[in-house]
Amino acid sequence: MNWLDTILQGVLLGGLYALFAAGLSLVFGIMRLVNLAHGDLIVLAAFLILVLVTALGLNPFVAAVIAAPLMFAIGWALQYLLLNRTLGKDILPPLLVTFGLSIVIQNGLLESFSADSRRVFAGSLESASINLGPVNAGIMPLMTFFLAIAVIVCLNQLIYRTSVGRAFRATSDDPVTAGLMGIRPQRIFALATGLAMVVVTIAALYLGTRANFDPTSGPSRLIYAFEAVIIGGLGSLWGTLAGGIILGVAQTIGAAINPEWQILAGHLAFLGVLLFKPRGLFPRAVD
Amino acid sequence: MTLLETKGLTASYGDFQALFGVDITVGAGETIAIIGANGAGKTTLMRSISGVLANSAASILYRNEPIGALPAPDILARGIAMVPEGRKLFPSLTVEENLLIGNYGRKVDGPWTLESIFALFPILEERRNNPATALSGGQQQMVAIGRALMSNPEVLLCDEISLGLAPVVVRGIYATFPRIRETGASIVIVEQDIAQALKVADCVYCMMEGRVTLTGRSSDLSRDDIHKAYFGTEHHELA
Amino acid sequence: MTMAIPSFTVETRTRASTLSAAAVIALLLLAFAAPFIVSRGVIQELFFILTMLVLAQNWNLLAGYAGLISVGQQAFVGFGAYTMFGAVILFGVDPVVAILIAGLFSIALAFPTAFFTFRLYGPYFAIGTWVVAEVVRLLLAQWKALGGGTGTSLPRDATRDMVGVDMMRDVFGMKASQASDALTYWLALILVVATIGFIYGLLRSKQGLGLAAVRDNEQAARAVGVDARRMKTLVYLATAFITGICGALIYVQKARISPDAAFSVTDWTAYVIFIVVIGGIGTIEGPILGVIIFFLLQNLLADYGSWYLLVLGLLGIAIMLFAPRGLWGLFSDRTGIQLFPVRRVLKGGPLNLTHKGGPHG
Repeated sequence: MNWLDTILQGVLLGGLYALFAAGLSLVFGIMRLVNLAHGDLIVLAAFLILVLVTALGLNPFVAAVIAAPLMFAIGWALQYLLLNRTLGKDILPPLLVTFGLSIVIQNGLLESFSADSRRVFAGSLESASINLGPVNAGIMPLMTFFLAIAVIVCLNQLIYRTSVGRAFRATSDDPVTAGLMGIRPQRIFALATGLAMVVVTIAALYLGTRANFDPTSGPSRLIYAFEAVIIGGLGSLWGTLAGGIILGVAQTIGAAINPEWQILAGHLAFLGVLLFKPRGLFPRAVD
Repeated sequence: MTLLETKGLTASYGDFQALFGVDITVGAGETIAIIGANGAGKTTLMRSISGVLANSAASILYRNEPIGALPAPDILARGIAMVPEGRKLFPSLTVEENLLIGNYGRKVDGPWTLESIFALFPILEERRNNPATALSGGQQQMVAIGRALMSNPEVLLCDEISLGLAPVVVRGIYATFPRIRETGASIVIVEQDIAQALKVADCVYCMMEGRVTLTGRSSDLSRDDIHKAYFGTEHHELA
Repeated sequence: MTMAIPSFTVETRTRASTLSAAAVIALLLLAFAAPFIVSRGVIQELFFILTMLVLAQNWNLLAGYAGLISVGQQAFVGFGAYTMFGAVILFGVDPVVAILIAGLFSIALAFPTAFFTFRLYGPYFAIGTWVVAEVVRLLLAQWKALGGGTGTSLPRDATRDMVGVDMMRDVFGMKASQASDALTYWLALILVVATIGFIYGLLRSKQGLGLAAVRDNEQAARAVGVDARRMKTLVYLATAFITGICGALIYVQKARISPDAAFSVTDWTAYVIFIVVIGGIGTIEGPILGVIIFFLLQNLLADYGSWYLLVLGLLGIAIMLFAPRGLWGLFSDRTGIQLFPVRRVLKGGPLNLTHKGGPHG
């Protein structure tokens, strides 16, 4: 086994997992909501991109650019009309409603698209790679990884350097007092989910071009996203990237030993971190 | 000119009624104080005016517009800003960010900007990048006041700003009030510190158990009057 | 000055519950007689309803009472089933005995799973339980002796020679397969009665009061001396035990297992959650109502594939938003009827309180 190559693949895979997780992390940070349908929304976005590609003959990247505002609107509406009603002290409603949503999306997609495995074709880019000394790195995985970094940088800039970001943080601290500042928490939450859906669309683009997906692929993406967030530590986007990388490397090492062990290796790494550092590796000081 | 008034304002928390028909009038440029013991309903009154608690539309009028049913962001947009009880600064934001968020919902040109607030409370400029909750109580109160001022309000509501602060700190904060009054804003303060309230306010309302029991110009009221209205009993000197 | 001190008693019995107790006994007698009355197909459907009810009551106890919202109970269903298969195929144990062993092994599994998942809270706990279930599934899929990823079947004579089957053939003249269906049915019935009896007894006990306190306000409960963590752990272990037994029983009847089926999130968690949510979370009556509705819906929409789950999902969302206490909760709020009363009412004092609405008793 070429260790260097395995680890590199794992790191790059981590970029994809970080993309899956970034949206989840953002929404949880702002409104303490974990959307159990998050993975299914990634798959929904992937199907949306697929439809745009096949129906309009567009390049996948262009399709993603068109899909992004659509997903933003879907996320905004979802939060404003449905999920805002579940927010409150009780943890049961958001969990159960998003669980129900997950089932609805999965089965809606099954009815619309059948259970067949799909792929978004990115042409020659899929197999292109560049030579980095002793290893080869695929162009798509590299792009995914750097895009993950770019997304995290942008999100952090948004949250810490802009007026809207201040509003996000203030609302997360204290929605009532935020209202006294003229912030409308319902709209802020909707904006946050809409934004998360844009990140989800980017994640979906790379999911769709990299591997096969079908309507039931959602839950696994949710689990990877969740594991990345927990390993990295709640509240930190860079931590989420680190978590994603650790997960990715664990998976590729497991796969290199025995292809059947890839996913299990990831889970075991997650449990390992949970055992020794229940708050994750880089948790925010205040939660 | 009457800027803000409440007419027969009632409020309840579930089965518990906190306000029984309260009438308050605030004129332009006026400072009024609302005093009363704990549980008298003062904070409930503030929360009703600021929109945190919903009431019937006509029970609160601002420039003759019924605002009683409006939510907090709409109240701020009209020019009524609140310094909430307990400061309620945002822990995730620095001092400067807490100030900046004050005009998120109302961006109006006026005397109050980040610079002029730093001039009012110089210590805050030194601490501008610290997390807001790392400051002392008195400094946090300054941030809370500054935050409300950032929206250049026409009416400033101050709910129990002396709570938990040492008297010298309270005096220091109230010493800045003349500068705030100069800009023409009306101020409504809720206070348990009666002496401070009388010093600062033109007009005083005393509340007990959800009702206004006394009102008058602060210079006209005697200690006995206030005592009776505050506690509901005659003032007895202990021999 | 003396005062007459009124004597207070705490009661949970209501008029409706006394009536329903009699009805329940009659119903149970009828249920036990069912294998002699109805066809084998109906027995199999009843078996399905009963086992789903057991799973639902357990999930309800976990989520509605202990506040542990798990999306991973399929771990115990599958693990219990696989333990049973392992005991029967590898060690020749009688399936009925193997079911009990499955329960014990499930408790053993519950210890490490609780250890890991209790480090997480709220929604993260939920996903954590899901991950654990996946880990167990993936590990068992590696066990070649039990069919690995594709699974295996129970040998025919294993079910044919189950404890009691011979007796049933001799005494009642049943054929072997009919007898084993009847046996599993009766076991399911006993399991339902035992589960509901256990839950009802627990909720009426002092421990149950502590549990309700923990669910409503953990900090306050701790302040009055309730050991919240211990309560939750015990409930988690108990539900693992029963769920494991139920899983083993289900797969004795199915006689064929595979990792994907035994650990299916849809079958053992999604359906269960919807049953509890639609019926009414936090009550014993809720899951009973939920299972009936679920069964009717399933028959109604059987031919419509994924529409069935879609409808269930939408219904679940709607109920959670507009009737969070489920259909039984709506009914109970309107009428004040409780069939399994666990609310403690103070009787005999000057106030002589009547029933007033309150959360989950």
